[in-house]
Amino acid sequence: MSRFSPYDNNGGSCVAIAGADYCVIASDTRMSTGYNILTRDHSKIYKLADKCILASSGFQADMKALQKLLAARHLIYQHQHNKQMSCPAMGQLLSNTLYYKRFFPYYTFNVLGGLDNEGKGCVYTYDAVGSYERVGYSAQGSGSVLIMPFLDNQLKSPSPLLLPAQV
Amino acid sequence: MKLDTTGLESALPLFGANCQMVDGFTAAPAFELPTTLDFDGFQKEAIQMVKPAKGTTTLAFIFKEGVMVAADSRASMGGYISSQSVKKIIEINPYMLGTMAGGAADCQFWHRNLGIKVCRLHELANKRRISVTGASKLLANILYSYRGMGLSVGTMIAGWDETGPGLYYVDSEGGRLKGPRFSVGSGSPYAYGVLDSGYRYDMSIEEAAELARRAIYHATFRDGASGGVASVYHVGPNGWKKLSGDDVGELHYKYYPVTPSTVEQEMVEVSAA
Repeated sequence: MSRFSPYDNNGGSCVAIAGADYCVIASDTRMSTGYNILTRDHSKIYKLADKCILASSGFQADMKALQKLLAARHLIYQHQHNKQMSCPAMGQLLSNTLYYKRFFPYYTFNVLGGLDNEGKGCVYTYDAVGSYERVGYSAQGSGSVLIMPFLDNQLKSPSPLLLPAQV
Repeated sequence: MKLDTTGLESALPLFGANCQMVDGFTAAPAFELPTTLDFDGFQKEAIQMVKPAKGTTTLAFIFKEGVMVAADSRASMGGYISSQSVKKIIEINPYMLGTMAGGAADCQFWHRNLGIKVCRLHELANKRRISVTGASKLLANILYSYRGMGLSVGTMIAGWDETGPGLYYVDSEGGRLKGPRFSVGSGSPYAYGVLDSGYRYDMSIEEAAELARRAIYHATFRDGASGGVASVYHVGPNGWKKLSGDDVGELHYKYYPVTPSTVEQEMVEVSAA
């Protein structure tokens, strides 16, 4: 007797790469369930703020709910602070939002890309329950295990944990 | 189940001029639980999808000059290394550090929560810093109330307060231990071997840092789930300071340099005739 599962995996992959004064974010547009393609034209990228873009792969219904929630929180922030949210601020908001559903997770694998307060490119990568870190580049989704080694080969940057800092 | 939500309550009033609650979709002081009859079975399945990154080596010890804290930086999901640059030493506030082992999101969230809500609120309410004993106890109580719900946290709280250096081990089973030396994670047996045999109470800061670095290095050498960068922090009377962050691959060649070996016969290129 199979139990109802509230989750589904709609597949897809997302990538983000941070540059000195720019950030590129990309995703595929296939939405599938099992071996069936539901549509070839569904973007997984969503603009949250002027300098902050969210790309998520995984369960698209949870992704939609997450986008709506973050957009609404951003609107409230704008009303209260009279300015757009910065990417690092949105980064922590997303982490907390994901963790508040720790016991009924959003099945989304997110990459947040944009510009930080100094205008430098920043990419934040997340797991499904909100653990996050700022990185130079990241891929999430079904193709991440194929894309990450390629990015490591082409882009490998020194770890931010190294001290004395080796740039 | 009665969950300890002291860490989640917002400091702002629920209604009125400066409130955050708008249409009830911000900061409700509770975690949403799935409405299912079989909570444990659901969590098991949900965790399968989430696959928290684990496998780590962290250590901390008290010595004459304070507390030394060190950790690796690898996150693995099964056989895939998902990151080599995870910050496993979390800066709770300028004089207290927490280490991360177990579920990355669990550790990150609860340490952040500890620093922002618990510790800072205590400072503001009591006009003095919270002690390491107090902070670790509050964290342990919060984690205890979520016992059995699948949180995975194995952390050490290290700091310097009025009574001197303090070190506590706190985990998601509800355990809390005070001690002079701890190592947590899949690489901890290897780290303990190096740490316990080289430990003396009266070491200088450099000696203690080198001991911590070596212990992490040896754990990353043998444990597949540990690796990346070995970070070493020192907590003294003026707070914590990061001493070093070294790639463990480079540490290997520093400790065991490759000696060019003499060969009896060398192949010589024959020029094309």
